[in-house]
Amino acid sequence: MADVADDLQVYRRLVGARIRSDWQYRTSFVLFLLSQSVVAGLDLAVIVVLFSRVNAIAGWSVTEVALLYGVAGLSFGIADLLVSQVEIASQHIKAGTFDLFLLRPVGALLQLCAMEFALRRVGRSVQPAIVLVVALANAHINWTPDKVALLPIAVISSVFIWGSIWVLTSSLSFWTIETQEVSNSFTYGGQTLSHYPIDVLGTWLRHFVVFVVPLAFTSYLPVAYLLDKPRSFDLPRGLALASPVVAAVLVLAACAVWRLAVRHYRSTGS
Amino acid sequence: MWEVAARSYRRQSTYRAATAAGVFTNTVFGFILAYVLLAVVRERPVIGGFDAVDVVTFTFVMQGMLMVIGIFGSLEIAERVRSGDVVSDLYRPVDFQAFWLADAYGKSTFYAIFRGIPPFLVGALVFHLRLPASASIWFEFFASVFLAIAVSFGWSFLLQLTSFWLLDVKGPHQLGWLVAQFFSGVFVPVVFFPAWLGAIAHATPFPAMAQLPVEIFLGKHRGLDLLGVYAQQVLWVAVVLGAGRIMLARAMRKVVVQGG
Repeated sequence: MADVADDLQVYRRLVGARIRSDWQYRTSFVLFLLSQSVVAGLDLAVIVVLFSRVNAIAGWSVTEVALLYGVAGLSFGIADLLVSQVEIASQHIKAGTFDLFLLRPVGALLQLCAMEFALRRVGRSVQPAIVLVVALANAHINWTPDKVALLPIAVISSVFIWGSIWVLTSSLSFWTIETQEVSNSFTYGGQTLSHYPIDVLGTWLRHFVVFVVPLAFTSYLPVAYLLDKPRSFDLPRGLALASPVVAAVLVLAACAVWRLAVRHYRSTGS
Repeated sequence: MWEVAARSYRRQSTYRAATAAGVFTNTVFGFILAYVLLAVVRERPVIGGFDAVDVVTFTFVMQGMLMVIGIFGSLEIAERVRSGDVVSDLYRPVDFQAFWLADAYGKSTFYAIFRGIPPFLVGALVFHLRLPASASIWFEFFASVFLAIAVSFGWSFLLQLTSFWLLDVKGPHQLGWLVAQFFSGVFVPVVFFPAWLGAIAHATPFPAMAQLPVEIFLGKHRGLDLLGVYAQQVLWVAVVLGAGRIMLARAMRKVVVQGG
């Protein structure tokens, strides 16, 4: 336990230092913050444009899709803020500067996440959070205690799922170095996908997001639970409640693969 | 200038794993967007003149074009301004803007072959895609892409020149390209936009970067209409490249070379 407390303190200090240093370039910080919320805003704009032409997508109304966007966007935004920094590992590996992280007496993953922490990424979660609240107020939900409990659990699990996907795909670059873009398919691609009901996808891709890379757990299953919507493949409604288990499995897998990747690391030398 | 383009082509060709990774990503995004748009046209079979085959074809041609037109932008010139290396570019006996435009064309040629074609082929394995009905449409499409590259280079040049005034150009760079992506139809075709938003889009250079060439690929513009599309593109090439020259001239008055 003492280790964890130490780590947390180091993390807090590193993040604090990083925020102070970013704040020195105020104009740049504000512009970046703005562009991060534009990112989230454009995702929403796409949904609005599509619904300007039709009333439903795969049987989901605009409010229902907004709910998906809210849950997916908020959890992805938080994971983006806390974990997305691992993708910088590939640059460090290429430049040979990853050695520095291994020399210090704190875990490399923690260092990366703390030292490359960028507060401006908060801009990415604000908008989906607002949309989530508005959509919750407008959607027809028969609130029951299980649904009230599910919502926060689903968002938190989803944060862990996104974070794990980030670590898993970034670990790949320890072997291949130049393939960071592949992780974009799973992170940003998965994010785009999770704004829509998975019913739009072809059967094989739907199987993939339920059983292989469990993106369906990040927004689709929990939101279908809240709205009492019929689910693809007649998946049991209660499956939504399993999202913490899915998240836990992924986190363990991500930690194992990351450790393997770091052990595999050989410096490029000079 | 030919030599500049050829070298830029060769430089890109050394990053093989990165190219493969990029193709993978473009293809995955192609699938996601195609499925979403297909679900939309299932509700309403024709939107803005696009049917199901059109939207899927649009999506995969667009994914193939992203790198060709460089829709994620570049910071190469900005980086040279920051480091001061830009001075050696300015000393060269060739026009600064033309030099970098040739560089962009070299890259684009590489991307057209290695990033443009594969996502389309993979998409064609799963979906019904529409190839141009005649050889002339292919030719018209390539001509339009040629112009589109100049428009997007012009936009890139403008954004990067802000580095003569700003210490950190990443903010404007990111904002500028996000807006460009949205209005050039990368996420959703411009013909899907409600009328007022479509009008805003067509008042910007962005549809000329991607939306218009893909429409030509789909055979949506024939005869005089086609000439109109080219005219729009040429106009935007002139506007963005012209603005770039003016901005460069302004920047030149600011440059102070240190050292001896």
